[in-house]
Amino acid sequence: MADKVILLDFWPSPFGMRARIALAEKGIKYEYKEEDLRNKSPLLLQMNPIHKKIPVLVHNGKPICESLIQVQYIDEVWNDKAPLLPSDPYARAQARFWADYVDKKIYEVGSKIWRTKGEEQEAAKKEFVECFKVLEAELGDKHYFGGLNLGYVDVVLVPFYSWFHAYEQCGNFSIEAECPKIVAWAKRCMRKESVSKSLPDQEKVCGFALQMRKRFGIE
Amino acid sequence: MAEEVKLFGIRGSPFSHRIEIALKLKGVSYEYIEEDLQNKSPLLLKYNPVHKKIPVLLHNGKPIAESIVILEYIEETWKTNPILPADPYERAIARFWAKFLDDKCMLAAWNACWAKEKEREKAMEEASEGLKTLEGELKDKKFFGGDKVGMVDIVATFIAFWLTAVQEVVGADLLTPEKFPILFKWSEDLVGCPIIKENLPPRDLLTANFRARLESSK
Repeated sequence: MADKVILLDFWPSPFGMRARIALAEKGIKYEYKEEDLRNKSPLLLQMNPIHKKIPVLVHNGKPICESLIQVQYIDEVWNDKAPLLPSDPYARAQARFWADYVDKKIYEVGSKIWRTKGEEQEAAKKEFVECFKVLEAELGDKHYFGGLNLGYVDVVLVPFYSWFHAYEQCGNFSIEAECPKIVAWAKRCMRKESVSKSLPDQEKVCGFALQMRKRFGIE
Repeated sequence: MAEEVKLFGIRGSPFSHRIEIALKLKGVSYEYIEEDLQNKSPLLLKYNPVHKKIPVLLHNGKPIAESIVILEYIEETWKTNPILPADPYERAIARFWAKFLDDKCMLAAWNACWAKEKEREKAMEEASEGLKTLEGELKDKKFFGGDKVGMVDIVATFIAFWLTAVQEVVGADLLTPEKFPILFKWSEDLVGCPIIKENLPPRDLLTANFRARLESSK
């Protein structure tokens, strides 16, 4: 029996992008359903009644919520190709630690850059650069965080690259100037189809962020 | 080769106690090192330079930080008494609840107990919602892990033990047998398990800490 996979998503969501990349890496065919977050579908509310958020991965009718959990699930179920987590328990723990770091820091601080102005924005920019410098140190000379191949941490972090232009425009700064290795790493990831086809165009995301900024009355 | 396992923790921290419970459940011998958060040891700063927090597990000289990351590592390294299901879907569900507990319940319950007068009602409501959701998930199971204590139960120990201690001190009635009969029974069953009971901090240590905190906030 063929697997039926549905992804409930919202195009600029970095969390949704993680699931898209993981599914693409494994070559899984799935149905993509765009959600209108101001008018959530009955399916979304049924599949994620607790948080009512995207992304939701539905595998043969069963929902899996939370993007890091989805990526691990995809890796465990479709374990015949493109392993995302390493096989060694210690290396796995390190990958989980860094994915947790990205989850705790990047979305929050990135959102503050496009959602605020003045002092609050300056503080957010500073923290953003600090966090990425920590990540740069962890990347070191590796091709990817996963080593020679795209791995779990790469999948978890690279979606934010689609937001870089939005952050730069709203924050009036250059991420490449501050963290060149991260930008080089992101471009390397983007050469993979699983990543480039899963991430929206930076200009489109920037337009979205500016629109939201206007809607929240920040200027 | 002998295994060397060390745990850097704080007596009274629900996060370091999670790790102790998991190690004991799996019969892993370890050396416990008490940290002083006001005066962190050079070793702690060396082994967790990013967050500088406890718990940190050291296995044969290699450090692992973040309690849930540590629990998953323990599960994968020592196979006795599994704390996660074997089925990937069931495992995803367990991970979801562990995250829900840490991200939502813990903070909400803590805030509800310590909230100032005018914020208390809203905080209590939010915390109650979290407990209601947990009760809904527990349903007719003895533990979140089924018949046996699993990772979700281990993570939820702060509700079974820490919350009841805080409640007593601040006079909040968040988790009561009347409001949440299923969850309340689960908390008694959990704390009654020998492995859990033997590895909890003394209740009066907790209540003393909380009383001191209450006094200083006045």
